[in-house]
Amino acid sequence: MENNKLLISHAPHIWGGFSTSKIMFIVAFALLFPTAAAIYFFGYYAIYMILASVSAAVLSEFVIKKLRKKRFIMDGSSVVTGLLLALTLPPRIPLWMVAIGAFFSIAIAREAFGGLGYNIFNPALAGRAFLSVCFPGEMTSWVIPPHFNYDAITGATPLGENFTYQADKLSLYKDLFFGNRGGSLGETSVMLILIGAAILIILRIIDWRIPVFYIGTVALGSFLIGRDVLFQVMAGGLMIGAFFMATDYVTSPVTRNGRIIFGVCLGILTVLIRNFGSLPEGVAFSILIMNAFTPLIDRYIRIKPFGFRKKEKNA
Amino acid sequence: MNIEIKKKRAFKGLSLPENKITAKKPIEVLPVPDKVVIPLQQNIGAPCEFIVERGDMVKTGQKIADSQNYVSAPIHSSISGKVTRIIKVVNPVTSNVMDSVIIESDGLDNWIELKKLFDIKKSDDFSGLKKIIDSIDGKEIIKKIKEAGIVGLGGATFPTHVKLNPPKDKKIDTLILNGCECEPFITSDHRVMLEYGKEVLMGLYILNKVLSPQNIYVAIEKNKEDAIIYLGKLAEEMGLDSIFKIIALESRYPMGAEKTLIRTITGRIVPMGGLPMDVRVIMNNVATSKSVYEAVIEGKPMIDRVITVTGAIENPKNLLVRLGITIDKLVESCGKTESGVNYLIIGGPMMGISIVNTDFPVTKGMNCLLLRKSRIPFEQNCINCGRCVNICPMKLMPLAYVRYVKKSQFEACREYYIENCIECGCCSYVCPANIPIVGYIKTGKNQLLKTIG
Repeated sequence: MENNKLLISHAPHIWGGFSTSKIMFIVAFALLFPTAAAIYFFGYYAIYMILASVSAAVLSEFVIKKLRKKRFIMDGSSVVTGLLLALTLPPRIPLWMVAIGAFFSIAIAREAFGGLGYNIFNPALAGRAFLSVCFPGEMTSWVIPPHFNYDAITGATPLGENFTYQADKLSLYKDLFFGNRGGSLGETSVMLILIGAAILIILRIIDWRIPVFYIGTVALGSFLIGRDVLFQVMAGGLMIGAFFMATDYVTSPVTRNGRIIFGVCLGILTVLIRNFGSLPEGVAFSILIMNAFTPLIDRYIRIKPFGFRKKEKNA
Repeated sequence: MNIEIKKKRAFKGLSLPENKITAKKPIEVLPVPDKVVIPLQQNIGAPCEFIVERGDMVKTGQKIADSQNYVSAPIHSSISGKVTRIIKVVNPVTSNVMDSVIIESDGLDNWIELKKLFDIKKSDDFSGLKKIIDSIDGKEIIKKIKEAGIVGLGGATFPTHVKLNPPKDKKIDTLILNGCECEPFITSDHRVMLEYGKEVLMGLYILNKVLSPQNIYVAIEKNKEDAIIYLGKLAEEMGLDSIFKIIALESRYPMGAEKTLIRTITGRIVPMGGLPMDVRVIMNNVATSKSVYEAVIEGKPMIDRVITVTGAIENPKNLLVRLGITIDKLVESCGKTESGVNYLIIGGPMMGISIVNTDFPVTKGMNCLLLRKSRIPFEQNCINCGRCVNICPMKLMPLAYVRYVKKSQFEACREYYIENCIECGCCSYVCPANIPIVGYIKTGKNQLLKTIG
């Protein structure tokens, strides 16, 4: 045996083989379902938007990693961020704005904080928030899915103030569930979002606690203040936000109880913004606000170690 | 047969690729080496001091080092010959420098006189043997165990005589013999149970005599079905089946960890920072039980042990070797190593220590030598996914230690109960960012020890 080839490293000497890039690509795969809905309902322009967003995100990461003299690993996190950003944007926003949003997501919201793992806010949502501030007009111009010629839906997104629905409630729920409505690219089809989310939960990529407690709290809150519960749950970006954005590892708490608290607070904030705020939709801002509280939750919500006993008074 | 199957367990655990390639290979006795290196610290607790000098002739089994300290076990020469040198050796586990003696063989393997009370290889008179054991006083047994230098052979190397003599206020009602061997690759305990089953069970009878607990369990993972069946049959044959129960456990890592195993079997929770005796339990390894038998009945001190040599080598084996034989000799006896081997690991792949010094000797706590070809994956940033928190059998938050050790805030690690970590390696195994979490934890623990002084 050649001694000079021996190395030293810490135990363990075997690894499970699961990696960040695998997680990211599974998430990207699950996102293909809402993406398919986006393309189906909003046409080819959706593809251009997604391509613009993803390529701008990956390129920004590459350039900034080079500038910071860090190793660039194609771990897919930029792809997921770019994809998520595109799915949260209105369907006819100019492509250059998409690219600016993607750049902001990666360069400012993530890399400026130290890269993946150190960002405080969900990068995609930070990018979206940045765009809403810079281009408020474009960010609120909605279109009705062009394939469909229903007269039933008028006005902008379902949560908008001038939204009216003339058909019966059942077909409203149906339209919301399948995605035949106005809204951001990826938020319209509840069904396809749920399929993607089911993949993530079954593969144990995301914890069910955050989305279940988030959506549950929104449902309960809407019920308490006398709103249409099913409508509140399915309309707007709640579904995609709860399953794909609030569950982002980096910006959500790490313990189970912390995640439950996180979900409940998200729900309360969303109900408050939707009903008492000046914005029609509050998912994005609720998540960004709770992202800021994540370090605090992680600091105070801990788990009891094995064999933990309360200190006796005499001791 | 008295076998109970336990499906429930006290932790989530990992199902690892077992790779127990030597499970079917009988223990091979390695010839007496020409030279042994015997370090002075082979147990947890106080190190020993030499009672021989350079140039002395020693016999096999002769005591060569001892300590006045109670938490310590004497060390014996494993071959007969001449003490030629006293050198310093770096302990790869603690990085401490230890004094060691080099003994060169005279080729005779001349033993000290052993007072053999019974020969289990030749005689089947188990009731006679039991009578012999019953006639020995408990204190006498503990004294014999101390004199033989027996320590826990599962890896912790805690002196057995200390374990068997708990303080008066701690009542012991349960004795567990640990034959889980949950780490991949290692098969030494498995082979000991199959080939030294009688010694193991009679050792158990001796421990029973000393502690007189109400319940005795032998815990074995289900992947060692042959050992479970064999020990069950043997117990009936030897008339011991009324005193203990075999617990067949699921094959999950880290099943054999002391605290979780006690929880799984008895439902009791060892308090943080406490010992099993705090919940009235004493746990011993099956190989320790064998050594206890040999010490009490055959008068044989702890001078050899079974060790698995496995991994990327031509002929992986279970070997019965004299303590102090150097590692390169072990490797040589198992044929050619595969090309590209870059890790030499003492212990299993999950908790073992990698070494570069092939002159290091086999010590009492060493149960496996593993050769591996591997590439360390690139460490990425923690993404806060919480997999380490979910898997931790001690219910700790490993990611917090990484964060605070990186910032050198070692005191903060204590707020997250870093001392409670058993370093099983589950967290690093599941980490998608390939962070060597256990490495950070060890650093944190060492730094905390230094600040206390």
